[in-house]
Amino acid sequence: MRLLEFQGKELFSQYGISVPAASLVNSRDEAIQAATKLGYPVVLKSQLTVGGRGKAGAILKCKNASELLPKFDDLINKEVKGELPRGILVEEVVDIKNELYLSFFLNRSRRCYSLIASAEGGIEIESVDNKVIFDIPLEGLSPEIAEGAARKLGLKGITPTAFVDFTMKLSKLVMEEEAELAEVNPIAMLSDGSLMALDAKVIIDDNAMFRHAELKKYEHISELEEQAGKSGFSLVELDGNIAIIGNGAGLVMSTVDMVTDAGGKAGCFLDFGGGATTETIYEALTVISKIRRIRGILVNLFGGIVKTNLVAQAILDAYKNNLIDVPLFARITGAESEKAKAMLAGSQAKLYDTVEEAIHEVVNQVS
Amino acid sequence: MDQEYDIFELLVGRDEDEDYKKKPVIIQGITGSFGSTHSRLMTAYGTNIVAGVTPGKGGQTFEGIPVFDNMAEAVKSTGAKISGMFVPAPFFLNAAKDALDSGIKLLVAVPEHVPIRDSIKVLEYAKTKGAKMVGPNTPGVIVPQVMKVGIMPAQPFEAGDTVVFSRSGTLMYEVSYNLTKSGFGQRLCFGIGGDPINGTNLIEAFNMIRNKDDVRSVVVVGEIGGDAEELLADYLIETRFPKAVIAYIAGRAAPKEKRMGHAGAIVYGNYGSAESKFMKFEKAGVPVAKRPAEVPKLLAQKLHLQAD
Repeated sequence: MRLLEFQGKELFSQYGISVPAASLVNSRDEAIQAATKLGYPVVLKSQLTVGGRGKAGAILKCKNASELLPKFDDLINKEVKGELPRGILVEEVVDIKNELYLSFFLNRSRRCYSLIASAEGGIEIESVDNKVIFDIPLEGLSPEIAEGAARKLGLKGITPTAFVDFTMKLSKLVMEEEAELAEVNPIAMLSDGSLMALDAKVIIDDNAMFRHAELKKYEHISELEEQAGKSGFSLVELDGNIAIIGNGAGLVMSTVDMVTDAGGKAGCFLDFGGGATTETIYEALTVISKIRRIRGILVNLFGGIVKTNLVAQAILDAYKNNLIDVPLFARITGAESEKAKAMLAGSQAKLYDTVEEAIHEVVNQVS
Repeated sequence: MDQEYDIFELLVGRDEDEDYKKKPVIIQGITGSFGSTHSRLMTAYGTNIVAGVTPGKGGQTFEGIPVFDNMAEAVKSTGAKISGMFVPAPFFLNAAKDALDSGIKLLVAVPEHVPIRDSIKVLEYAKTKGAKMVGPNTPGVIVPQVMKVGIMPAQPFEAGDTVVFSRSGTLMYEVSYNLTKSGFGQRLCFGIGGDPINGTNLIEAFNMIRNKDDVRSVVVVGEIGGDAEELLADYLIETRFPKAVIAYIAGRAAPKEKRMGHAGAIVYGNYGSAESKFMKFEKAGVPVAKRPAEVPKLLAQKLHLQAD
């Protein structure tokens, strides 16, 4: 779960990391109130989960009250990479002497957590040469490692204690909240030598959410995703018109690739997991039926244990109950496939022996 | 690199072993719906399941297999070194510790949705016990026509001299099925797992078969997310990997920053992208198939080229 900036900053505050004074607003009135209370200048920051907000013009500075409303109106309706903001953060402008970078992340290849720090903040860390990387034990960062990082970075203008303190607090947050990533870019060094988090990018391990009831309030899932989740499905909405469903994330991804190669456009990715039954297929079709743009359904099911006639029955039921009215193209390996083909004859659904044939047909008919 | 990780030794043994091809296996979570279904299928395939563990159900039997309350008792009475784990994700950490404390040397960790922190903990603990882990979020391992520990169907696999390492379950079946249809049987099919943290990663997996005379070629089924394929490509180049390698990568049409079903299948910027993986494999001279059905064609070409 990727937290919004204001949510990440709420967590930061809980762990004693200082952040600028700010309010989350959703209306013009709230924006005026917040800015007046903070005093100008203020920064308006669109609350989005996608990266690159600065470049996309989703962070705007307001020198005075006359700039506030036009800029607020601009941001609140502005889609960035297909995402509308979930509020605007109105934030005080702080006097920055210098900027740093700090992140903790799950280091997949080293199978541990790692810390990256740099004396150059505010730019993409990939393009920074002067940075240090340390592996962190599961118990969390030790002050010695943090001091070592501070020394290696050759920080000027602050005491190592301020850096060690900030880093230790962020490490505690990562370990206790089970974050996959906590990135602060930039950290502002203020004139009194203290450090403040100007941004917050925090990703919590979804699989650990059962241990973090307190983070539930940050969850933001569509009704559709919620329904899919309840059935144990993985759903990713895409912008095309062909629904792609199958058993297994890799298989469905692979099918999306092949549909794209054939000139089709995937409208959703739905993995209903192992063990297909009449019920799971019917539930998957129920989820699909709620996505309006879908004009055709492609089922790629690698069975073995699955009885294909059960799958065929679910498809027939879905048509009979007017759950779906678009054509369905399926490739299902498994027992009884001749029986399944006969069952579907005369319906809007058709079974194919290879996924390539099914894709060819769905792309032809839908485009 | 750990040369002692001999997966065949663990799963099958040597022909002088008394229990050659009949290595005892314990199933943790044998009475659950998932565990019971697959225990039946594994037994039917030839796996020697000697015990099951379900806390609170000790003393019962499942299809003639004794059920114990904990791993200590199950291992003590059977001497098994392999555990097939079918416990729900929230119980994984404790179940794995129980197994490792009891002398299990290979954990096949089937559950999906294990918290990352728990995976790392188990992996670190396993290291101190000299044990190995496959997964989590793996379909398991199969030595075709000998035994399997996991949830894969039997039908796609046939014995032969190709090895398949896969980050995805169903794609492992799909690719193996295509190989089988084209006459490339498999010596081993091994699910690396769909999580960001893998008990056995691709490099370790390749390392354990690099000196096996009865393995002729390797197929790696990767997907977007992380840099396991990139690091594997470096390993293949640096160590002059001696066998034919073919790859398939799923997810090149997936949008960035969206988790595509698997916890590990997510692209951030260029990190984890399909393009990055293609480029590295190209450098390593590994042909990458465009779709699963193309894998056997590329493999035939590669073997033909090598024979020339």
